[in-house]
Amino acid sequence: MSPASEAVLASDVWKFHGDFPALRGVSLRTERGTCLALLGRNGAGKTTLLRILAGLSAPSRGDVRILGTAPRLPVTRRRAGYLGHGIGIYDELTARENLLHFARLYGVENKEAAASKWLERVDLKRVEDGRVREFSRGMRQRLAIARAFVHEPDVLLLDEPFTSLDDRAIHLLQNLLREAFARGCTAVLSTHQLREALELATNVALLDRGKLKFAGPRTQAMLDLPPSIYFETETEG
Amino acid sequence: MSKREKWVYALGVSGTVLLIVNLYRILLVLGDEMQQGAIYRIIYFHVPAAFIGWTLFLAALVASALYLWKKDLAFDGFAASAIEVGWVFCSINLVTGMIWGRIIWGIWWTWDPRLTSMFICWLLYGGYIVLRSAIDDAGQRATVSAVLAIFAFADVPIVFMAIRWWRTQHPSPVLETGGLAPEMRLPFWLNVFVFLLIGLAITLVRVDQEDTQRELEGLRRRAF
Amino acid sequence: MRGVWAIARKDFQSELRSKEAINASVSFALVILLIFSFAFEPTADETRAIAGGLLWIAFAFAGALILNRSFARELQNDCLDAVIASPIAGWELFLGKALASFLLLLVVELICFPVFSIFYGVNLTKAFWPLLLVLILGTWALTALGVTFAALTVNIRLRELMLPLLLYPALSPALMASMTLTTSLLTAGVFGANDQPWLRLLVGFDVIFTALALALIEFVLVL
Repeated sequence: MSPASEAVLASDVWKFHGDFPALRGVSLRTERGTCLALLGRNGAGKTTLLRILAGLSAPSRGDVRILGTAPRLPVTRRRAGYLGHGIGIYDELTARENLLHFARLYGVENKEAAASKWLERVDLKRVEDGRVREFSRGMRQRLAIARAFVHEPDVLLLDEPFTSLDDRAIHLLQNLLREAFARGCTAVLSTHQLREALELATNVALLDRGKLKFAGPRTQAMLDLPPSIYFETETEG
Repeated sequence: MSKREKWVYALGVSGTVLLIVNLYRILLVLGDEMQQGAIYRIIYFHVPAAFIGWTLFLAALVASALYLWKKDLAFDGFAASAIEVGWVFCSINLVTGMIWGRIIWGIWWTWDPRLTSMFICWLLYGGYIVLRSAIDDAGQRATVSAVLAIFAFADVPIVFMAIRWWRTQHPSPVLETGGLAPEMRLPFWLNVFVFLLIGLAITLVRVDQEDTQRELEGLRRRAF
Repeated sequence: MRGVWAIARKDFQSELRSKEAINASVSFALVILLIFSFAFEPTADETRAIAGGLLWIAFAFAGALILNRSFARELQNDCLDAVIASPIAGWELFLGKALASFLLLLVVELICFPVFSIFYGVNLTKAFWPLLLVLILGTWALTALGVTFAALTVNIRLRELMLPLLLYPALSPALMASMTLTTSLLTAGVFGANDQPWLRLLVGFDVIFTALALALIEFVLVL
């Protein structure tokens, strides 16, 4: 365990696409075991920030720490789980092979057991040897959730996790996240679906045109934010 | 006038003046070469073009490595400009070589080692220019082209070595290899210097365009 | 190294399952061999003199189809993001992908070998082991450059067009070496006196570009 108490720490993070600043001096800190909902319109910089936290992109300026270490270090990435816009699973492989592959990449000790456990959790055990190509949309989404959890991450970075999920998958993800929080896992999730996110979130941060407009505990946020923010967030997606 | 503009004018004007002086010397003062006649004068343009082409490609290599290290788009702009201008000089070298070959050998093209190597490098850096035009995001474009510039430059010596061996096994026309006559030296090296000045001036103009382009892209995204 | 095997295994497995690239590549190679038979008299003595060139043109062109897929395979469902977010290093990803492509290319080439031998009446068995050495060295050169350029062009429009445009000029020294060595093995049956520098050039090419790719791939993946 590293001594840092915050799970996610971003200090003065800037990201430029050419001359365009996608992030402008964002500073955030998230304590362990909390859930931060990143709100903001399209193009506000939510995805950019999450990609930087996941080590998929390097900040142009500023510093990022996940559990006290830099995101790009293998030791950090081993403890982080990322679920982006795409589901990140292979159509040609079976459900089990997909989980085994990612368990191997994450260096999970007992791959077979981990794969079995998570196939069970997302209720895909009976189709574990079926190709993902033949899966329904809901099944693929549940497999993607299992893929993000298979190495039991301590920090979860979820980009619009509830968008385009069916009700069953939303329910499943909420339950898994609650369990994860109970064991001290931290999550940062960006979202358009306020209701689902706010049910889970302990904290809220609002991004607008790459700037952090607000960061604070959830209850306060729900009272303080003007309704227009909700409106914009909910319709533009 | 910005500092860069001043440089452009200084380099451009001094290059042009020197070129006129040198052209007078090359065209009117120096006599024809005994065997080749008037066409030998193309060497004053053919060889310096290659020199400056390679100088610019080397500069682009350094700028590309610096970009990967510092992630400053100014280095990317310079690398891209240097390669574009270097590629034009490379083209001048190829075209003047072909004209010379047509007069002396009677053919436009021969698979001579130097011609072939130059042609491969021309294709290589041409690929770099096409690749840049296919990428929209400035950061991605910069990184991808920086890596490609390093690969291309690492390839160049291998290409030259391989072609030389390849062609030594086949009969091929031999370029004259004697040194320059003493009276040719000054105008020759002066032209190298002139090409360098003009090459740098054009590169700086191109760098300016890259900067403006980047600024425009940024403004456009901001407006959206 | 764990990541290298995981990636190579996954790529190889999913390609053997779908066989998309391998089928296309073998068919394309056969078509090239067929078309070449129109360009000259296939049974003439000079066939052997240009056999090396012919084989490697077929391998290089057909190989691009496999190399194109190596990173493009990861685009579906944004798998590339999921892989880069996992704790494997950039060089492990490159090496794993290169290993899988290398094996797939070798499979295609070994399928083409007997066909070529039959079509053009060339005896491949009399110098099989040296030929295999040249095949391995030349194919690795094709793979190292091809997979790097596939990584460079993976997020780009016109991806399929950009790869050959960049690959073939850069690959030309390795192609020259492979062609010369293959031709001299097919005509003489052993390496000739002139072949030593070519062999060294090919090894050097492999080493230089593998090292460059391993060193620079991380920059390409994390923008």
